[in-house]
Amino acid sequence: MSFDVDRIRKDFPILARTVREDRPLIYLDSANTSQKPQQVIDAIDDYYSRHNANIHRATHQLGEEATEAYEGARIKVAGFIGTRDESEVIFTKNISEGLNLVAYAMGNAATSGPEAERFRVGPGDEIVITEMEHHSNIVPWQLLAQRTGATLRWFGVTDDGRLDLDRIDELITERTKVVALAHQSNVLGTINPVREVAAKAHAVGALVVVDGAQAVPHMPVDVQDLGVDFYGFTAHKLCGPTGIGVLWGRRELLEILPPFLGGGEMIETVWMERSTYAPPPHRFEAGTMPIAEAAGLAAAVDYVTGVGLDAVRAHERDLLGHALEAMAEVPGLRVLGPLETANRGTAISFTLDGGDGREIHPHDVSQVLDADGVAVRAGHHCARPLHRRFGINASTRASLYLYNTRDEIDALVDGIRQAQKFFGAA
Amino acid sequence: MQLQSMYQEIILDHYRNPHHKGLREPYDAEVHHVNPTCGDEVTLRVRLDGADDGARITDVSYDAMGCSISQASASVLTDLMIGKTVKEAMAISEEFRSLMQSRGELQPDEEVLEDAVAFAGVSKYPARIKCALLSWMAWKDATARALGHGDGDER
Repeated sequence: MSFDVDRIRKDFPILARTVREDRPLIYLDSANTSQKPQQVIDAIDDYYSRHNANIHRATHQLGEEATEAYEGARIKVAGFIGTRDESEVIFTKNISEGLNLVAYAMGNAATSGPEAERFRVGPGDEIVITEMEHHSNIVPWQLLAQRTGATLRWFGVTDDGRLDLDRIDELITERTKVVALAHQSNVLGTINPVREVAAKAHAVGALVVVDGAQAVPHMPVDVQDLGVDFYGFTAHKLCGPTGIGVLWGRRELLEILPPFLGGGEMIETVWMERSTYAPPPHRFEAGTMPIAEAAGLAAAVDYVTGVGLDAVRAHERDLLGHALEAMAEVPGLRVLGPLETANRGTAISFTLDGGDGREIHPHDVSQVLDADGVAVRAGHHCARPLHRRFGINASTRASLYLYNTRDEIDALVDGIRQAQKFFGAA
Repeated sequence: MQLQSMYQEIILDHYRNPHHKGLREPYDAEVHHVNPTCGDEVTLRVRLDGADDGARITDVSYDAMGCSISQASASVLTDLMIGKTVKEAMAISEEFRSLMQSRGELQPDEEVLEDAVAFAGVSKYPARIKCALLSWMAWKDATARALGHGDGDER
């Protein structure tokens, strides 16, 4: 099947609009959130127009249809990430909630029964993360360490933006209880050797939690094959709606993991003094869930599966190669992260010198680009420690997806040169 | 064209050649403010002569990392505030804040705001208003502390 970017662009109505004085939109901010194809918009519209009801509790026809839409999405997601058991798929608000779910449930293990022993952390135990994490895979672990007295440790990052594995034997030891890392960096684009780290962690009995927010939209992911314990992602970066994310966990772990949020539909029986809880996944889905969003997520999974994630990846690799080459020709432009396409995704963060030795601030770069209709992100992209590691406070990030073109990358590079002219020494 | 409406020549001048930059002694209060969304930072010191509203601002010094808007805004701030009484300076600060919240609708008073009128164009860009206000909020906080009012607000 051939990949036809023009045909794909027609599926995304927003790409036809203009911005800032009638300029065509050039959307290079998909690592932030992706645009949505008509198929996803229609699925949400159809759900609200025809099937809307609450799930699992309504006995009428609409209730059945809504439940089917929601649980059907769970089955679809399970197949999409390589598990046959849909009860391993928990719906969350977003990836941040998924990671918090694991960290808070582990904290709750301290006051749970002996079955939760596996998740207990305390003084002397270690939690290992990495310096390239998004804040959502740092702060929940800091909070867990603070609550339990465990110690937080982390992998460093090499100058070329790879995970520094040299110290892996010092970092992952018999004291390690959990290792949490990103599958793909939202700043550097680096694809981490998750399988290798997971094997090491499992050898010492540690749990492995993976933030897959930047990986799942761009490559086929098989959670079984990766050999991890928990894997999270979010729909809105995957052509789906905001408001819903996924946390996958191994069945045998979810069965003994204490609850995180308490409320309706996560219980088995409630007395005034205490409660017992529903089996997974419902134990982790308190209250009315994002049902229309689940229908939208299912449509998004169908959409990217229909296009083919291998084809998406090949297209993105072509764009990435072109972008890295074109950006290398801009004097004073420094790309953070790997300069080759191998094991690298399409988030391209960079700093820019004005030719006078003074850096042009990412806010100013992005403002010039915005005036040309080019949407990028400026700031620390919720990865402040990583920016500090490279001695900077902020960067400009262009991030690509299946609907981007080589022409759009050329427009980006033109805009970058304009910014240099506007703010630089000239 | 749009870019020029935001980046007026006055702003670019202050950005390229900032006034009163650098941290100086003596000072009565020092604060550090950040813009959490982009990581911009300013450390700002205030030196006052006198007490309460009537105190005269004898120095405002700063060290800042950030975009052209936030750098230029700090430079303009020091030009406006140094030599004024706290009461006069607070009035200017309020005027500037109103301008920045006006979405480009307010005709700024050049008598009061001097070079700061150039930021009227910035107020049309919600994402950049915080950049312009960063050092002004830091100044207000530092002044409150220097007057012994403890923690200023607006952090």
